[in-house]
Amino acid sequence: MTPARQKRLLLVLGIVLGVGVAAFLAMQAFRSNVMFFFDPTEVAAGKAPKDDRFRLGGMVVKGSLMKTPGTLDVKFQVTDFKSTVPVTYDKILPDLFREGQGVVAHGRMHDGVFVADEVLAKHDEKYMPPEVAKSLKDHPPPPTTQAGASPTAQTGGAQ
Amino acid sequence: MIPELGRFALVLALILSGLQAVFGIVGAGRSDERWMAAVRPAVAGQFVLVSTAIGALIYAFVTFDFSVFYVASNSNSALPTFYRVAAVWGAHEGSLLLWAWILAAWTLAVAALSRQLPASFASRVMGVLGIVSFGFFLFMLCTSDPFVRVPMDRIPADGRDLNPVLQDPALAIHPPLLYTGYVGFAVAFAFACAAMLEGKLDQVWARWTRPWTTFAWCFLSVGIALGSWWAYYELGWGGYWFWDPVENASFMPWLVGTALIHSLAVTEKRGLFKSWTLLLAILAFSLSLLGTFLVRSGVLVSVHSFAADPSRGMFILGFLVVMIGGALTLYAWRARELKSPAGFEGTSRDAFLLYNNIFLVIAAIVVFIGTLAPLVNDALGMRAISVGPKWFTITFPVIMLPLLALVAIGIHAAWKRGRLADSRNRIVAGCAIALLAGLLVVYGAYGPGKFLSVVGIVCGIWVIVSSLFDPVDRIRRKLSLSRAVIGMTIAHLGLGVGVIAISTVESYTVERDVALGPGESLSMGRYSYRFDSIGPVDGPNYEGVRAQITVLRDGRPVTVLHPEKRNYWVQRQTMTEAGIDSRWNTDLFVALGEDLGAGRWSVRAQLRPLVDYVWLAAAIMALGGALAATDRRYRTRSVASEAAVTAAEAT
Repeated sequence: MTPARQKRLLLVLGIVLGVGVAAFLAMQAFRSNVMFFFDPTEVAAGKAPKDDRFRLGGMVVKGSLMKTPGTLDVKFQVTDFKSTVPVTYDKILPDLFREGQGVVAHGRMHDGVFVADEVLAKHDEKYMPPEVAKSLKDHPPPPTTQAGASPTAQTGGAQ
Repeated sequence: MIPELGRFALVLALILSGLQAVFGIVGAGRSDERWMAAVRPAVAGQFVLVSTAIGALIYAFVTFDFSVFYVASNSNSALPTFYRVAAVWGAHEGSLLLWAWILAAWTLAVAALSRQLPASFASRVMGVLGIVSFGFFLFMLCTSDPFVRVPMDRIPADGRDLNPVLQDPALAIHPPLLYTGYVGFAVAFAFACAAMLEGKLDQVWARWTRPWTTFAWCFLSVGIALGSWWAYYELGWGGYWFWDPVENASFMPWLVGTALIHSLAVTEKRGLFKSWTLLLAILAFSLSLLGTFLVRSGVLVSVHSFAADPSRGMFILGFLVVMIGGALTLYAWRARELKSPAGFEGTSRDAFLLYNNIFLVIAAIVVFIGTLAPLVNDALGMRAISVGPKWFTITFPVIMLPLLALVAIGIHAAWKRGRLADSRNRIVAGCAIALLAGLLVVYGAYGPGKFLSVVGIVCGIWVIVSSLFDPVDRIRRKLSLSRAVIGMTIAHLGLGVGVIAISTVESYTVERDVALGPGESLSMGRYSYRFDSIGPVDGPNYEGVRAQITVLRDGRPVTVLHPEKRNYWVQRQTMTEAGIDSRWNTDLFVALGEDLGAGRWSVRAQLRPLVDYVWLAAAIMALGGALAATDRRYRTRSVASEAAVTAAEAT
């Protein structure tokens, strides 16, 4: 091999090695930092991780929001109209958090209660997280419930 | 009448852009001068027509024409005039029209400034831009007509109002700037395609392409920074970057664009990396299109999650396939013919710029994976996942920090045969200064932080020190500094500032969610936030509450913040207006949550050191880019002198 080719080969090897290492690290980081989505039924069935954080999504049960006056602590229940999971949270709820509307929370299970460290509700009122819409489609709500009447139509969001 | 005039103008613009494409590309292929001569008038006509269309839409907004569906959905009689104009690009249809108008403006600029280029090349460039315009007009007319009327009997008395989060000066100018960047890469793309069609790519080509690309990159930098700034103060919860899919969609073209402007430098100076440069030009624009697809098709879960409409998504996807597929086919066919003269040392400037490119492209790939993994996962029918900021903040610095070290070292290397030994003193001195200053700053001002942040701060200082060696040396020896060198230096200073700022914010932000009532205080380090009072406030199209919070430093009041909670009447939306005081070394931030009862409110208080420098850094980089792009050698050059210069440089 000519020196020039040797150099080029080394360069290519270096690049391949670099990309490989980067890909490996990225995948490693992926495993421990990607959160999976579970709906209340799956949580009730014990399918959700025992120790890891995950995303819980569903509708906030009407009338379930309980505040402790003067503090940030709140309790509410998330349902997919089949099972219901109690949630606690001690930070500021997003502006669009409403009873009877879709919500996604990040956190982990502790003694049968989902301890949330982040609650998401996006900036449009009609917004329904796609996972929640899908999960609700799998477990259709009773027809009287207005909030879940047409989950798919509500997918999407702001203009 | 006026809205119909707008639509009619769009239809004519579609036809003209088609003609522009055919005359430009086929005309150049047949070397038919009459065909090619028709391209510039077509470009000018198209610009006039698109301006008419966007003017018609602006008119509809300003005159409260609620018979137009788009206006009724995004305006309201209580909306101030400024936002009525900005509302034009407040939603999907209007943003596309804005995109098309900006593309027409870029094309017009190309038409005006390309007279000294060979006729066939210039008309091919405009022809390719014509194809892009054609695609966008077709998209608009088929799926996203902004001029659709509401049926006569259902014309609303008033509009549904512009989304309140968009009622903000920064967001009014953020989309135009961002699009100017996105669309600017279409020009680089067109230059690349034209070069492949010509089968000729030389250093002169790179010289023509560089200023366009650099300008596009400048706009994109400022556009992204403005969006980030807006998210920081308007979304109400602090934080300047959320690794949100829509943010990532604009960040990927920026990363590849940054690689492209560096690769173009090598192609211009040394005639190397030709096919790589072409590939990057194609990629940068493809990612811009992909960004549009991701944002506009609603496939992504995002704080921006815009209207979801599958037919729109499919159209953009199809357009994407045609454009990228076509360009890549051309690339596969033609790029091999473009030989680069081999030969540069592994520690020359050429090589360092190659490493720069590799790292930037890997960074773009990482962002790409993180952004699209949830989609792919979903398409494969697996359990829904989300890739949060945490993943990005682990992987991204791992790629960026070595790149910074490479910048700090590579900046000293000479072209072709650079040897590290030649600049050993500068490298060692720069590294030593950075270590010393960095550790002094970290442990003197802030105390121990995250390891990566400390490394980041040191690397940032190193980049700044390194980029100053050469210009300072030249000034001392009374040598002239070209605008290109000054621009490059400023841009690298901006990079250093940005890295220091990001590292500091990431490590030393203090953030608390607490319940506060009148008279109560929260202390954070040397600062304390005292909740004084809260009362009602009224705006033009909202009502709300406004708190007064005094911030004290070492017990002495430094500022009074007024965070608000607003309820917009029409869209029935609650908005959090944060109270922010930007000081030279830190931001004092407070946002109001909700009434907790018992006279207390939930309050989010933050101290974000140096966060303003993140956006300032983008502005500095853009300034550097703008200076470099207006260097003398890009102006006032005829073809003949270009050829002479190239010949002289080749020897």
